[in-house]
Amino acid sequence: MLGEGILKGLAETAKNFAGSFVSKERMTTVEYPEERLPLPEASRNFPFLVYDGTDWEAGLRCVACQICEKECPPKCIYIDKSKDKKPDHVGKMQIYPTKFDIDISICMSCQICVEVCPFEAIKMDSEYELATDDRFGGLLLDRHQLAKPNEYYHKIHPTEAAEVDARLAEEKVKADAKAKAAAAAPKPAAVPAAKPAIVASSVASPKEGEAG
Amino acid sequence: MKVAETSPGFAFEKAPEAEGWNRPPVIEPDGEGELLEVSMGPHHPSTHGVFRMDVALDGERVIRLKPVFGYLHRNHEQIAETTSYLSMMPYTDRLDYFCSLSNNWAYALAVEKLVGQAVPERAEYIRVILAELTRVQNHASAIGFLIQEMGASGTPLMYAFKEREKILDLFESLTGSRMMCNYMRFGGCRVDTSAAWLEATRKVVAGLPHFIDEYEALLSENEILMARCQGVGVLKPELAVNAGITGPMLRASGVNYDIRRVDHYGIYDRFKFRVPLGEHGDIYDRYMVRVLEMRESIKILEQALKEIPSGPVMDAKAKIRGFRPKPGEAYGRIEAPKGELGFYLISDGGNGPYRFRVRPPSLINLTVLEDMCLGHNVADVVLIFGSVDIVLGEVDR
Amino acid sequence: MKTVEQIKAAIEAAVPGAGVTIVTNPSPSAQHSLLLNPSQAIAVANFLREDEELALDFLSNVTGVDYLDKEVAEKVKVTKQVAKTVDGVEQTIEETVEETRKHLEPGHLEAVYHLFSMRKKHGPVVLRMRTVNRTDKVELPSFTPIWRSAEFQEREIFDLYGIVFAGHPDLRRLLMWPEFKDHPMRKDYVEPDDFEYEPTAHDSVMARAKSHEAAGEQASLSSAEAAR
Repeated sequence: MLGEGILKGLAETAKNFAGSFVSKERMTTVEYPEERLPLPEASRNFPFLVYDGTDWEAGLRCVACQICEKECPPKCIYIDKSKDKKPDHVGKMQIYPTKFDIDISICMSCQICVEVCPFEAIKMDSEYELATDDRFGGLLLDRHQLAKPNEYYHKIHPTEAAEVDARLAEEKVKADAKAKAAAAAPKPAAVPAAKPAIVASSVASPKEGEAG
Repeated sequence: MKVAETSPGFAFEKAPEAEGWNRPPVIEPDGEGELLEVSMGPHHPSTHGVFRMDVALDGERVIRLKPVFGYLHRNHEQIAETTSYLSMMPYTDRLDYFCSLSNNWAYALAVEKLVGQAVPERAEYIRVILAELTRVQNHASAIGFLIQEMGASGTPLMYAFKEREKILDLFESLTGSRMMCNYMRFGGCRVDTSAAWLEATRKVVAGLPHFIDEYEALLSENEILMARCQGVGVLKPELAVNAGITGPMLRASGVNYDIRRVDHYGIYDRFKFRVPLGEHGDIYDRYMVRVLEMRESIKILEQALKEIPSGPVMDAKAKIRGFRPKPGEAYGRIEAPKGELGFYLISDGGNGPYRFRVRPPSLINLTVLEDMCLGHNVADVVLIFGSVDIVLGEVDR
Repeated sequence: MKTVEQIKAAIEAAVPGAGVTIVTNPSPSAQHSLLLNPSQAIAVANFLREDEELALDFLSNVTGVDYLDKEVAEKVKVTKQVAKTVDGVEQTIEETVEETRKHLEPGHLEAVYHLFSMRKKHGPVVLRMRTVNRTDKVELPSFTPIWRSAEFQEREIFDLYGIVFAGHPDLRRLLMWPEFKDHPMRKDYVEPDDFEYEPTAHDSVMARAKSHEAAGEQASLSSAEAAR
């Protein structure tokens, strides 16, 4: 019979229409600003800089090695390296970024910077309501705006953050052991004692020349 | 032929003179009146983006049709030459933004061929699962868009998007992003799947057959759809092979060529699935081949989810930083939802490719657009174009 | 499937004077290619498509590649007559010296074709053709009459690399607009100096922005810099 197929299709839509009143399964939309879906843990949007401790400036894990700047596909990261060294939150002398800008109007949220960072210093944020009326300045985030505490990282990506903390602790133990061995060794000249411990650890040693 | 004196479009430029090639047939206008040149696009709702067709019409009949590309051209291939291999991975997401995971796989496959990189078992299974999920959501939305262009605004497309949403949620919880996944790496995958993710995937896959049944009940026997699609936009198998058409469009013309079967890339030789073939090569066959391919994809998904082994997802020898392949070249291709997606890489030993070429199925499938449209009404052009299933991000690159 | 050597032999048997050379590929993919002589390429292509055993009916991919002129330094052993004083007596002796000779290898454009067979389900067979140089002798025969799938891809190469495919029925620019002059995928392509404000300008972009600022073109730049 002509029109049978159409009727069959209409029956299907009618079933879904009526069903949406009774079944939560068939009601697939939510009213956004009032109602929000929980974000999955892996969700990523734009990068931020992790700091340890309470002082954002001292606690930044970033040592301005500029690997992320080189690897960033759309080149949205801009870093100026410091000439001097400053103590970080545990009092170790480190090079630090005097300028660390990310232009999130260019950033494409690809997470490459997170993957290449040997210091676990840059991570992905999951905040998504970033609309601003200032197109250039408002979307160009400097290092103060980017710095977020490790606790925040634990809040948005708990599993990943726990893994990172475990890894860093392990590296610290190794580095300490190495430093101790170096101190105990008869020839201290063989070990560059002035080098930051984290760079000396074999696991995280960045190969800057190769990354370029 | 009398031609209206309007702005000179490509449609009226000199007809191809050379003989002996598989050229579109020349159709002579039958009426007395003038020919009309219509520029369909670039901002036409049916063109899935910015794409233009210069159409010469005799009344309602299409006499000539020339596609005009380049509105979304961003020289993707040159970006690759100025960046590193790893940095190129997120750019491949943006080729065919509906199927970013297939693009990732094709690129990873080409690079793995170039350096002879092995991929661990578990990563291969994850790749298959993700690629088949991508295929299901791509075909569902492709059909949705096709029906939308027929005039059924909304309903079938929203049904498809409802299902696509579930799949995109899976992508987001695994890769962190819904569409721009950037997930595969040379020698494996970026992160491992959790048991909870696999469970959620099993649940979604278990619901897919019901969705396809519902979709088919809604569409397959619809008289309007049959009247508009059957016998329209016929593509002959000889022409399809000669013009390099791949994917569901080729199989709808009855040519049995599925790269999953031919190349056995990844671990596709372990799964049992059939390759659906069309008979007439018209729009309806293309629709039907897509529906059947979704059903076959579900079969592959079920097998892969059952057999997935435990183990690492990255090869131990794989390098993230300082990746420099030795000089050489490689062509790697996969069966993407839209057809054969290939990446051709030439390395000169640097940290970025010397030459990076994408073989875009969407662009090459448009080669026969004119042949399929000639002689049909202008309203059918939209439909035929929709049945090719293209994404402009890949056509223009 | 036949190996590259066998395919070469088959071509040379079928097309006399085909002039095919094998280009080896050192990478693990081992996809070696056949370099065709452009004057015989059409005959060879026809043979590859029609041959029962090869049946390469599917041209999948066409790629343009640009190779710039490059200076090649070679170490050559040269035997020279050298006047030398040996034991107080002046003599002319032959001496072998290693010399570095530099010569300019002319650049060329290349079209690479990846062929498969849909009937026999094998492939790829890779064909290459090279132009004489990069400037005026850039003509290659078109494979579009043999495989229609080359139609858009050869147009793209014509557009982006400037290889002129003789016999292509509809050779126009594909991606760039018709008035565009240069070929943007060439290795020595220079971008037009069209300055745009970019908030995170650095390196070359920054240098370009500064030069424009010096010329007083963009007064807003300095204020944007200050905002940073």
